[in-house]
Amino acid sequence: MYVAVKGGEAAITNAHALLADRRRGDRALPALTIEQIAEQLGLAVDRVMAEASLYDRSLAALAVRQSRGDLIEAIFLLRAYRTTLPRFGSSVPVDTAAMKVERRVSATYKDLPGGQLLGPTFDYTHRLLDPSLLTDEVIADPARKEASGEEMMRVSDILAHEGLIEPDGDLPDDHAAGDLTREPLEFPMGRDLRLQALARGDEGFLLALGYSTQRGYGRNHPFVGEIRIGEVEVEVDMPELGFPVSLGRIQLTECQMINQFKGSSIAPPQFTRGYGLVFGQSERKAMSMSLVDRALRAEELGEDITAPAQDEEFVISHSDNVQATGFVEHLKLPHYVDFQAELAMVRKMRADIEATRHGDTEMKDAAE
Amino acid sequence: MSADLATYNFAYLDEQTKRMIRRAILKAIAIPGYQVPFASREMPMPYGWGTGGVQVTAAIIGPDDVLKVIDQGADDTTNAVSIRAFFQKVANVAVTTHTKDATIIQTRHRIPEQKLTEGQVLVYQVPIPEPLRFLEPRETETRKMHALEEYGLMHVKLYEDIAHNGRISKTYAYPVKVDGRYVMDPSPTPKFDNPKMHMSDALQLFGAGREKRIYAVPPHTEVVSLDFEDHPFEIQTFEQDCALCGAHGVYLDEVVLDDQGGRMFVCSDTDHCEDRREHGHVGEMLAPNQEAAE
Repeated sequence: MYVAVKGGEAAITNAHALLADRRRGDRALPALTIEQIAEQLGLAVDRVMAEASLYDRSLAALAVRQSRGDLIEAIFLLRAYRTTLPRFGSSVPVDTAAMKVERRVSATYKDLPGGQLLGPTFDYTHRLLDPSLLTDEVIADPARKEASGEEMMRVSDILAHEGLIEPDGDLPDDHAAGDLTREPLEFPMGRDLRLQALARGDEGFLLALGYSTQRGYGRNHPFVGEIRIGEVEVEVDMPELGFPVSLGRIQLTECQMINQFKGSSIAPPQFTRGYGLVFGQSERKAMSMSLVDRALRAEELGEDITAPAQDEEFVISHSDNVQATGFVEHLKLPHYVDFQAELAMVRKMRADIEATRHGDTEMKDAAE
Repeated sequence: MSADLATYNFAYLDEQTKRMIRRAILKAIAIPGYQVPFASREMPMPYGWGTGGVQVTAAIIGPDDVLKVIDQGADDTTNAVSIRAFFQKVANVAVTTHTKDATIIQTRHRIPEQKLTEGQVLVYQVPIPEPLRFLEPRETETRKMHALEEYGLMHVKLYEDIAHNGRISKTYAYPVKVDGRYVMDPSPTPKFDNPKMHMSDALQLFGAGREKRIYAVPPHTEVVSLDFEDHPFEIQTFEQDCALCGAHGVYLDEVVLDDQGGRMFVCSDTDHCEDRREHGHVGEMLAPNQEAAE
């Protein structure tokens, strides 16, 4: 009985001790270090940082370890820590055109300035389990090329030169980017807040929604203009200095989706944009995000809203996995007070029916 | 790295956040029953487990407060234990299980049986603050309906209940109208507790963390359960008395004793039950030598 009278406190303590035991596992094996997790489970760490909206590899690795590898739990841990941190300002927008690119692929051009760079990708690996990874074999140093210094212009900029793609969304100069972790969420949202919500949204949920647009539920004819992964400088304006100061570098994945648009009364036929930007290396998330971002622009572009992925309130209200997991799992909390009320109601209704039926039979008997 | 980890402020939340929540609370008190959006924070417990109530409590609690936390009416359910321990840890406040000694009572699903008094604050944990949500899933629509006092849909729903079931079949989270204006969700308390909200001497605050809403019923405010003239609002009644303390006219939990259909009914409000037993009241399960006497 999990609500043993007066036993709650001891039960919780014991449960947590057992959790710590299971987390550590067999004591004969060496414990994982935070450095090992950050280095060797880097994509798990990336996902935790992205969906927790906090860029800190070692804290994210700590969260992964503490959560026994349950990534939503790890995201939750990191967010609960983030929420206690003061917010002291906003950076200047990061310049992804100046990114130190490790991977960059375009599906719309065979070759382009800066070239195509595959980088560290699972693409084109054959998914055969690799027995050599059962042991710690020596891994050869990878081939690396000197940075050419050639500017890697964004594909969207190439199209923009010809006027074939809509301009990037304009916001007034005095627009302060919203912060959905600090202000109440209200619908309809601006695109800045919407992208924020998507950037921290659940990867699986966005993947499924993006997929649904491809299968006809809010189809938007996407092309991967470009995906790039690499490091960008984060800079903050210092009013005292009059110039921005670098805080350091972060790794980002950016996806620019290019979508067809047949034009409207105010805009000529042109390509439109869907945008994805995620902490760390996560192409799946960045691509899904850009599909969903484009789908959510249906109203702005005068398209019919017919599919879930186009419905802002539906998408944004359900994209947060920490909220979702909390509310789904709260069903395991005791509900016996309410259940008692329902129980009494059902019994009463059944008794009523029973009585009516009984009454009917008596009447019938009397008639016979 | 561990040395860099920040420690926490009194009652966990930083002072700016508390101010933001207090502003929302003041607005909520000024407009009884109106759902005030607030910038709900991520708390170190899961959404749906009382984060709204915890934030409201964290924003109003001071070092001199005495806190009581109940879940399903009981002080010793695991989640109540956990939330109480949280405030002991981050605010080091005095805690109690006695309703009358508490200045703040955080609750999930019940209102204590003992009448609350002036100066006490009852903080409700709310899962879905919007009483119209199950009639209209869109927030943009329901806010409009509240603004226009457009509650016809709710009455239709209650009427349909009567048409289908012969009675209003809502047994908990039974909608109320506050101060003659806003229709409000009392949180999933059984409708048994609805009358206790009416003209209460205590301040009632409602926090919904995941849904980012705070609302309030100030002391001495009219709270009326929705009904029809020919189908007046009724609360649950129990045929049995509490098996432990013999209380009558209180909300009871049904405890399954065996697989032969054996049941006992006991007070859902554990403090009320203990208090009665301390004062010598005895229910049939505890009556000495009952069989011998027969």
